[in-house]
Amino acid sequence: MQNILTIAGRQFRSYWNGPTAYIVLSLVLAALGWFFWSLFFLKDEASVRDMFEWVGILSAFATPALAMGLLADEKRQGTIELLITLPVRDHEVVLGKFLGVLGLYGVLALLTLPYPIAVSQFGPLEAGPVVTGYVGMLLQGAAMLSIGLMASSFTENQVVAFFVAITITMTFLLIDKMGAFLPGALQWISFGYHAAPMTRGVVDLRNVVFFLSVIALCLGVTQIGLERRRWS
Amino acid sequence: MIEAQELHKLYGSQTALQKASFKVHRGEVVGLLGPNGAGKSTTMKILTCYISPTSGTATVNGCDVFDDPVGARRAIGYLPESTPLYYEMMVLEYLEFMAAMRGFKGVEGRRRIKTAVEQTSLGDVLGKEIRALSKGYKQRVGLAQALVHEPPILILDEPMSGLDPNQASEIRDLIKEIGEKRTVILSTHNLAEVQVTCDRVLIISGGRIVADDTPEELTDRAGKAKYVATVKGDASSSAATQKVFEKIKGAATVRARTGEEAGELIFEVLPEGDKDLRADIFKAAVAADLVLLGLEHQGENLEDIFRELTRVGEA
Repeated sequence: MQNILTIAGRQFRSYWNGPTAYIVLSLVLAALGWFFWSLFFLKDEASVRDMFEWVGILSAFATPALAMGLLADEKRQGTIELLITLPVRDHEVVLGKFLGVLGLYGVLALLTLPYPIAVSQFGPLEAGPVVTGYVGMLLQGAAMLSIGLMASSFTENQVVAFFVAITITMTFLLIDKMGAFLPGALQWISFGYHAAPMTRGVVDLRNVVFFLSVIALCLGVTQIGLERRRWS
Repeated sequence: MIEAQELHKLYGSQTALQKASFKVHRGEVVGLLGPNGAGKSTTMKILTCYISPTSGTATVNGCDVFDDPVGARRAIGYLPESTPLYYEMMVLEYLEFMAAMRGFKGVEGRRRIKTAVEQTSLGDVLGKEIRALSKGYKQRVGLAQALVHEPPILILDEPMSGLDPNQASEIRDLIKEIGEKRTVILSTHNLAEVQVTCDRVLIISGGRIVADDTPEELTDRAGKAKYVATVKGDASSSAATQKVFEKIKGAATVRARTGEEAGELIFEVLPEGDKDLRADIFKAAVAADLVLLGLEHQGENLEDIFRELTRVGEA
């Protein structure tokens, strides 16, 4: 556990030593402000559900950018060899990397807190859906980041990792928007389908399990990819 | 301390290591010497449990690389080839991270970092970003992280490559100092380095270990004299001239050297035993009406031995 936290801490801090975190977070917040407030006053309703939906859409672009370097860059620079030959197990490396980038996503979530605070000034805002909405935001973000981490383990090239990840996250995000053309069952694998109830204050265990399964699957594939180096 | 038995490694269909067996004893400094692609890095990656051998086994400090990789890694300080570091971190921050990963934090962590920093003379650059350091300093940061947990074994992959002569000699001295208390395996393709730093040399070529000697033994073998004679002539007279030299009493082998200038033929004459052949070569040349342009007495150097051994490995 100690190793995981040490790796996560280093990863988290290293984001702030480079431009990536600042650029991505600024872009997401700027876009979120534009999309949310331009529609908020038209709707005349004290709710942050739209904010959660916008964060979900923006995250499909942002998380691949945050996660693309996690392993790809370590492989390109060769630092992965030093990291893995420390007295750690492969899964500790995978989990440490994942928690490091998840911490950064947590910062993004914190930076959206002014939204519910501001909205509550305009009218009565129910606390319950806001809290569950944040749970959903973090679960969905974590699932997208695990996809990004997995893509980053496939290649040494960050750009390739980015496009692989964004292709997958966009598919998961948009598949329920294509509901009219696709069979209903496919909705079930969309992120929005599982995240939306939580913005209404409904925490269904099935939705939580869905996101946790995506995370477990992606981290598992990442670990297998990391172990494969031993034999190839 | 380290024991490798019949290590075999295939990358796809390409053989990187073939039945490589060797032992390294406590306190030894062993050089892995070989041309690029010979299997030096592969051997080191197996010992540090970064990759697994296709067959064969290895133990490091009593830990099997298959059964207890974490235990093996704990005993090792490793500097991979071309010194990968987190360039965006500051030197001190990086060493703190590596110490923490080795389980040393707080007071104990600081003490160990201080020792490693003193050993590698990094005191002046602790607050600098690694990115901004010169190659020599980066190499020292790499060594400092390998030393920070005071490991019994150090594995250094080409620690002196790419450094200028001054930096290289500093690192060499440092390795010698480190080697007094620890077991060190270092790889290189530079023979002079091995002579200065190592107690023992494993020459590796084409994935096979082709020699296991002390540098002194190697130098003894290298000390064998040879005579290099340059005569006027061209390719058409080469075979005839070679015969002239072969007829000299006491000449064991005669080799025509390639790459000579136009109008010159160069032959290497190796004597039987320690016989001085200079007079005989001169007389033979005069008798055969050859124009002798030069005659030199050379010790066969380490590089020739190295080339010879590694050529055998390739065959």
